[in-house]
Amino acid sequence: MSRPQSRIGIKLHQHVIEVKSKFEAEYRRFALKRNSHGGFQEFYHLLQSLHLIPGVEVLLGYADIHGDLLPINNDDNFHKAVSSANPLLRIIITKKEDEPEVFGTNSLQRRKKGLGLTGLRTATIGSTHSRHKPSLLIGQPQDFRQISSIIDVDILPESHRRVRLHKHGTHKPLGFYIRDGVSVRVTPQGVEKVPGVFISRLVRGGLAETTGLLGVNDEILEVNGIDVVGKSLDQVTDMMVANSHNLIVTVKPSNQRNNVTHRVTKSSGSVGSAGSSGSARDSPSPAAQSNPITASNSIAEGDSEDEEDDCDLIMENDSLLTHQVINSNLRDSHDLRPLPQSISLPNSMAASMISNHNGNSEESLREDGNIISL
Amino acid sequence: MKRFRRHGHETQRDRLKQELYQFNKTVEHGFPHQPSALGYSPSLQLLAIGTRSGAIKLYGAPGVEFMGLHDENAAVTQVHFMPHQVELVTLLDDNSLHMWTLRGHKGLSELLEIGRFTLTGPPGAPPSVTRVTSVLAHSSGELLLLGTEGGHVFIVEVPGFRELEERNISLDQVANSVPEDYIGRRNLEHVESLQENPVNPNQVVLGYGRGLMVIWDLEKQCAMQHIPATQQLESVWWTEDGEYIISSHSDGSYCRWMVGGEDMNDDEEKSDIPYGHFPCKAISKIVQLPTEGGPPFLLFSGGMPRASYGDRHCITVIHGKTHVALDFTSRIIDFFYPAAHKDPSALVVLVEEELVVIDLQTEGWPVIQTPYLIPLHSSAITCSHHISAIPLKLWERIIAAGAMQYTHYSKKPWPITGGQNLAPDPPQRDLLLTGHEDGIVNFWDASGVCLYPMYKLSTAGVFHTDSDLNDNMNQGTEGEWPPFRKVGCFDPYSDDPRLGIQKIHLCKYSGYLTVAGTAGQILVLELNDEAAEQTVEAKVVDLLQGQEGFRWKGHTRLDVREEPVLFPAGFQPFALVQCQPPAVVTALTLHSEWKLVAFGTSHGFGLYDYQQRNNVLIKCTLNPTDQVALEGPLSRVKSIKKSLRQSFRRIRRSRVSLRKHHVNNAAKAELAEMELAPVQRKIEARSSDDSFTGLVRTLYFADTFLTDSSHNTPSLWAGTNGGCVFAYMLRLPPAEHRAEEPVTAHQAKEIQLMHRAPVVGIVVLDGHGAPLPEPLEVAHDLARSPDMHGSHHLLVISEEQFKVFTLPKVSAKMKLKLTAIDGSRVRRVGVAWFGSSRTEDYGESGLVVLTNQGDLHIVSLPHIKMQVHYPCIRREDVSGIASCVFTKYGQGFYLISPSEFERFSLSTRYLVEPRCLVDAPRQSFNQHRPPSFGASSPQRRVMEHALLNDESE
Repeated sequence: MSRPQSRIGIKLHQHVIEVKSKFEAEYRRFALKRNSHGGFQEFYHLLQSLHLIPGVEVLLGYADIHGDLLPINNDDNFHKAVSSANPLLRIIITKKEDEPEVFGTNSLQRRKKGLGLTGLRTATIGSTHSRHKPSLLIGQPQDFRQISSIIDVDILPESHRRVRLHKHGTHKPLGFYIRDGVSVRVTPQGVEKVPGVFISRLVRGGLAETTGLLGVNDEILEVNGIDVVGKSLDQVTDMMVANSHNLIVTVKPSNQRNNVTHRVTKSSGSVGSAGSSGSARDSPSPAAQSNPITASNSIAEGDSEDEEDDCDLIMENDSLLTHQVINSNLRDSHDLRPLPQSISLPNSMAASMISNHNGNSEESLREDGNIISL
Repeated sequence: MKRFRRHGHETQRDRLKQELYQFNKTVEHGFPHQPSALGYSPSLQLLAIGTRSGAIKLYGAPGVEFMGLHDENAAVTQVHFMPHQVELVTLLDDNSLHMWTLRGHKGLSELLEIGRFTLTGPPGAPPSVTRVTSVLAHSSGELLLLGTEGGHVFIVEVPGFRELEERNISLDQVANSVPEDYIGRRNLEHVESLQENPVNPNQVVLGYGRGLMVIWDLEKQCAMQHIPATQQLESVWWTEDGEYIISSHSDGSYCRWMVGGEDMNDDEEKSDIPYGHFPCKAISKIVQLPTEGGPPFLLFSGGMPRASYGDRHCITVIHGKTHVALDFTSRIIDFFYPAAHKDPSALVVLVEEELVVIDLQTEGWPVIQTPYLIPLHSSAITCSHHISAIPLKLWERIIAAGAMQYTHYSKKPWPITGGQNLAPDPPQRDLLLTGHEDGIVNFWDASGVCLYPMYKLSTAGVFHTDSDLNDNMNQGTEGEWPPFRKVGCFDPYSDDPRLGIQKIHLCKYSGYLTVAGTAGQILVLELNDEAAEQTVEAKVVDLLQGQEGFRWKGHTRLDVREEPVLFPAGFQPFALVQCQPPAVVTALTLHSEWKLVAFGTSHGFGLYDYQQRNNVLIKCTLNPTDQVALEGPLSRVKSIKKSLRQSFRRIRRSRVSLRKHHVNNAAKAELAEMELAPVQRKIEARSSDDSFTGLVRTLYFADTFLTDSSHNTPSLWAGTNGGCVFAYMLRLPPAEHRAEEPVTAHQAKEIQLMHRAPVVGIVVLDGHGAPLPEPLEVAHDLARSPDMHGSHHLLVISEEQFKVFTLPKVSAKMKLKLTAIDGSRVRRVGVAWFGSSRTEDYGESGLVVLTNQGDLHIVSLPHIKMQVHYPCIRREDVSGIASCVFTKYGQGFYLISPSEFERFSLSTRYLVEPRCLVDAPRQSFNQHRPPSFGASSPQRRVMEHALLNDESE
């Protein structure tokens, strides 16, 4: 596809969204006017009729730009879903009595890779129901996205806490500072003062503060499983920054009163979810200005170590346009067109042209930390 | 069974690692930082330099070097060789004496400390009683005379440091015999100087601070003569015939006294204030040397008129009617003259920043080029570049160009010739290039133990600078008094910091050189054996590509000379690119086969065709919101930072050094400090909004498969601070049309690393997993041509991790994380080849990595596995880490001070280290003689110690 065509496409899609809904093995594709749609109920019935399943109780979910499967169950999150579609909106419909979809971070990605979720679910996603305890029914998440969790409660001493911070594509900063300090350790030889690293400050509104799991003067013991003993403040800083996409810190909280005790191991998951109070609605969503993720391409927000590889944004330009200095100035100004809101189809040339020559769109595209392999 | 096999495999790899890798710090090149003492042994022909950090370094013939380090963290204040022995004594400023020897071991000599000693006074005595102020190593080789602040002289037998209490010369003994009319008899003050009579070792002169000198007979233990000088004493010299004593004083005067005269009042034969009339500074050391049938040489340091030239560092040499005040650029530590058969041949002067040797036998007293102890920092080093295995042809041409520059040096051979250099000839010719703040590039022969200057390239001539005007200001005018003559090359003052060299790349096969500097200038130079007058064509490149709405607040572009400039033989510039904005060049590479130069700054990068002299490509990498980079305070910030850092380094290095045994204390201090002032660090993921994400960190040319797996094409790769890699496919016209048809470049790929850490290195690995060879390497049959059948891989090295991607379709294949695991970050990276020590034919390529923690890692290729790691540099030594360069054969250099490179080796096969032998002097006549004073023969050559026992500074 050549560029002029794609530009026409962009104009068109500013008013129309493409919906691709999936129920079991069936797909439906239809268009929806961006401004003239109704509420959630209307949409729910539209889907039921399109999929020829009137009366069947279903759950709706959509793929947001970070590859997370988020629920649609009220007007608010329906509007959110529509506004983030640009232009494609992927809807996934499941029967209510089926094994529910796992909503939350990385859910699509994991499923796609065929990774078992059972192990992770209890540990990291406390809000989903447990396979082994069908009697304990936990409700569907209501437009929440997991931003933090307490993990490994069963293997850590009670006085320690291992916190996982999920830095999604949100613009919310991790938001904490660390400092050097002195830690008192009890050894067989008596009480010993050793250098340690402590949280010195939480940024207001930052991820660390909103989780409520980290506090000022908490001692940092491990970063992503690596002991920080003997490491300088700068080293610990660099380790944390290097792991910032999936930061797991083991702390010794200065306030030891809220510790998880081993007797309530079963409910450890809900402790995690209790802390996860950040809602996607609160955080400024980059969705409105970002490029879409086309269905045919993988949606990846790799936050686990194994998947981080896939996060590098790789753009390949196979159409090999001549790029000469003589006319590059001209071309660049030409390409600095208003933000291309969308690209309807994976088109290597168009995508790379935009990313190569258009500073603004390139930025928004990168900040989301998505992968586009074209 | 399986487990056993696996185990066997691992040990095999471990054994292989031992055969390939080994870490050694081999030799220190350059000039010792903060020298504090100088010693010389005429019998060994070795000179010794002590430093304020407690190091002692011995130098003889080129290649003969020894180094020792005192355990104490104290400055070396005096160094004295024991006459006719291989021992030497050092005095530290903590008042301890140390005995060192050169001991033979497996056919080589080693410098070893064999004893230490601190004077103990009578109980209850104040510390000044035993505070050593002067040392005389007696010509018997068995005695040390130690003069103290309290005015006593202690006699100690060496090498065992046994105090001979009965022989001590107490202040009372001397004071009792002082004539009644002597003005200062109530307080003689400290012992300033001890000198032995060159013809009678039983006689020593004791010089007291107040001015009094006493000739003392060691055998009879009584004063023989008193010399009642009344000015504060600075130094004493006993002439070679033993007939005169010359004393120098704090008022800038010197006096000559006859020895053995009965009437004291007639003793003073001659007194003079050489730069007199107005008050003068002290003459800190004076020496008179006889010549055969001619007037003697008189040498003294200091004595300048206080008001007008009090800040000069001068040594005056007077011989007959010739009178020159050698004017040094830094403080004089000490000087001596090397042993010669008859007339004095040379004068060796140690000043704070260099060693200068003056040829006293050639008309005009030219300077002799030193083969070692070169002040690398004559202007501050701003970057370095190493090239291994230089072809002989290029080597000879550089030497020839250099020879034309060094014509003002003396032709006399190096006068210090002690010891034998037993090191094998270096396996290859290696060049180390250092770029300096004043726009100079120095070429050093780094093949062996001596870092020898080969050629000096100045790039300042291309530009108009302020220095043009006052070029002749410093020249001495006729009839000037004192008759100054500037000597030495240490000149830390840069006329224009924009001239500073930041990046260097030399192609050893074609002789093309490119250097880039602080003001965005990129020069392309070609080696020419003849001087030539030519205009340098300048091309301004706008890296912002029309981005508007900002003002560059940094320095301006350099002003290019438009008229033809005469360039001497050597590397002559023929093309110049000037970046706009003129930010410091941060990456540079040259491909001599394609005749292309790629350069990058904090704003973007460009590709320049130096055959057609035009630009092929400009790419702006700047994030438009990055105001810091836009406005460009980078250079200013950097220079302030740098100067601050250096001054801190200076303070830190002065006394507190960082030897291992002090770590505990340091850690404790650190702990205490922490409690006082907590330092905070922000934890935040990197984002594209960070400053300087567009700064180009690395540029790389590769002939590889960029777009499809069947056709390899030339390509250019660029990596930025923001973790972005750009790949451009280059289309070069066929060779016959290379001059006319344009070279084109178009972007083929862009990779944004998710972790956004700065990209510090890019390497393409061929089908065998070996790094691609350098341009022209294959053409010269010096490298195996790369495997173009298998699939190539791209290795991207960021500060945080190593990552291998497939080519031509870029997808991640494997990676090695560094920062996430141990918190260290890559600072320097290089590809090196490691040969096995066991078999000639086995070797591996590997990545050599230096981290911000100062650790060296070797990472295997192509599987990027950690092999070994060694601690190398202290992590606080930021400039040391930043200065590190690697060679292609597993060696490296880094600055341990502004003036010294430490050389290290990670390879078992390539090791450049001093291997030398010093024989004990043959005159071992007094080996078994009991320590007595009577039996010595006056015919002995006893000048050895003469210059050593007056450490005036």
